[in-house]
Amino acid sequence: MSLGKLIERLLQLVPVLLGVTLIVFVMMALTPGDPVQIMIGDQTITPEQEEALRRGLGLDRPIVERFFVFLGNAAQGDFGQSFYHRRPVADVISERLPATIELSLVALIVALVTAIPLGVLAAIRKNSIFDKLATVGSLLGVSLPGFWFGILLIMLFAVQWHILPVSGRIGYASEVPTITGFLLIDTLLHGNLPAFWDAVKHLILPAVTLGLPMTAILMRVTRTSMLEVLRQDYVTFADAKGLSRRRVLFRHALKNALIPTVSVAAIETGSLLGGNMIVETVFGWPGLGRLVVESIFLRNYPLVQAAVLLYAVIYVGLNFFADILYTILNPRVKL
Amino acid sequence: MSALLEVRGLRTVFHTRAGEVWAVDGVDVEVRRGECLGIVGESGSGKSVTFASVMGLVRSPGRVAEGQIVFEGRDLRALSAREMRAVRGKEIAMTMQDALTALNPALTVGEQIREALEAHDETLPARGQARRAAIRAKSVEMLGLVGIPSAESRLRQYPHEFSGGMRQRIMIAIALACRPKLLIADEPTTALDVTIQAQVLELITDIRARLGMSVVLITHDLGVVAEHCDRVMVMYAGQVVESGPTEDVIASPRHPYTRGLLASIPRPGLRGQPIKPIEGQVPDLIGMPPQCRFYSRCPLRRDACLAPVAMRPAGEGRSARCVLLDEVPA
Repeated sequence: MSLGKLIERLLQLVPVLLGVTLIVFVMMALTPGDPVQIMIGDQTITPEQEEALRRGLGLDRPIVERFFVFLGNAAQGDFGQSFYHRRPVADVISERLPATIELSLVALIVALVTAIPLGVLAAIRKNSIFDKLATVGSLLGVSLPGFWFGILLIMLFAVQWHILPVSGRIGYASEVPTITGFLLIDTLLHGNLPAFWDAVKHLILPAVTLGLPMTAILMRVTRTSMLEVLRQDYVTFADAKGLSRRRVLFRHALKNALIPTVSVAAIETGSLLGGNMIVETVFGWPGLGRLVVESIFLRNYPLVQAAVLLYAVIYVGLNFFADILYTILNPRVKL
Repeated sequence: MSALLEVRGLRTVFHTRAGEVWAVDGVDVEVRRGECLGIVGESGSGKSVTFASVMGLVRSPGRVAEGQIVFEGRDLRALSAREMRAVRGKEIAMTMQDALTALNPALTVGEQIREALEAHDETLPARGQARRAAIRAKSVEMLGLVGIPSAESRLRQYPHEFSGGMRQRIMIAIALACRPKLLIADEPTTALDVTIQAQVLELITDIRARLGMSVVLITHDLGVVAEHCDRVMVMYAGQVVESGPTEDVIASPRHPYTRGLLASIPRPGLRGQPIKPIEGQVPDLIGMPPQCRFYSRCPLRRDACLAPVAMRPAGEGRSARCVLLDEVPA
């Protein structure tokens, strides 16, 4: 890919981000509830104190002005102070981000590792019992709501059978000093295998809950494209060459069948972001998703704005990444 | 010349929603060493399915139901899947109608030649640099054989980077990489421009002579058969209706269908005269009565045609499936 194309793509990001910021601003302004009132809670303060507080947060200015102030500051990398934490939003978010990335990556890996083999198997055993079970399973996978499925898993694996922990990222006894923020890496860096294992156990249920809809979708995509590819002349020709069945299936068929799967996977990874908010809330996972949900309830405007902006950047980035992957897998396409 | 491939009583059926379709219904084929056998027929006559059956490439819902497929004394139908893979590509190779769809778009041309060599070529060094070098040398040699210039650098390219004629040559190179004894060329020219068609056919004829292999040329073009084939077999609705030396069959066809085919070819000598198509349609193969299958379209049909019609001798090395041969001395 040429540098020109890259710059073009980056420039396309600008209107997207402006639009997202504007929508979030308007939505937050339209949402009933006043951050100042929420902060005051049951306390009694004078109207002067309340006014001072409001002025301190910049909420005395009209919304249009606030919008442009936010844009100006954001362009300089300043996303303001979190109302609730009284610290820079960027700091609060970057503390929580590794937990979310870790969970999402594990969910993605779980989805890819289960969906692709199952999809291939369903395709080569088309109409078998396995194929039919897989079809029903994937239908369930996309339709079961995450909050319900997550609670079901907690009930079974944590409450009923005591195999896995109920919530959180790691047990108190296993906590290790932060290095990267990724617990799977940090525990290993400290050479603390029991802590690593504890972190893995905490990851299993949320990762399965988060990855389930994606697994279901990717399995269907893989099955469909594999069936399509198996009908192609080049698969017959590969057979006519006397190649092993493994080579025909995996080198000739799967390489082509994965083109749509990988593209969908890259785009669906963006939808993990939305799923994170629910799954992190259900499993008490101290990540960005839960932070955003809490911040919406607290009307913590600056944090929500910055987080949504970050989601938009990640989403656009993933789409861009999907395009690049597509050209790598499919030699006929040039960006 | 002894027979390299002998097919007896082959029946291949497709189970469809509408019923069983006997796409190949009692076909006998003999391919002799070193010869070029032409298989002629319309779409749906069973010519491609016959040879897909020989290669063991008939897929569900199709199935080879009956018959013997004897290649160099071995019945291929009795072989295991693994043994059959050792025959495919090594002993019997196949090219397909359209190289654009037959070559894998996601793999380089080099890899697609290499994997054929790796699957079958036992003369290659076992491993390492020597093996890679030998494979490379053979790949370049094969591309050279089919007339692709600067083969060395083109091995790294993908099929879409070649022209249609070049792709056809590459497919032939892949098929011939392991020096098969029999090449089944399924409609090798149908997808090509006329000028390229002649080149590809010349190439096949030329390589056949050089490698001493047999070729089965599946086509619907009698002109191609006349020019390149020693013998010809005409198929209609899943059966062979006439076979014999090409010159004899073309000079004096014995089956009304062959006659009809010949009459429907435009010829420069008969300019201005209308060409005569065969009236009617190929019959539906589902629930076909056991009569002559050409009955409904035959200008010479009679009551005797309503009984099953077997192949009959029709002169030196010739046979045809027509009751008229009983009336007129052959």
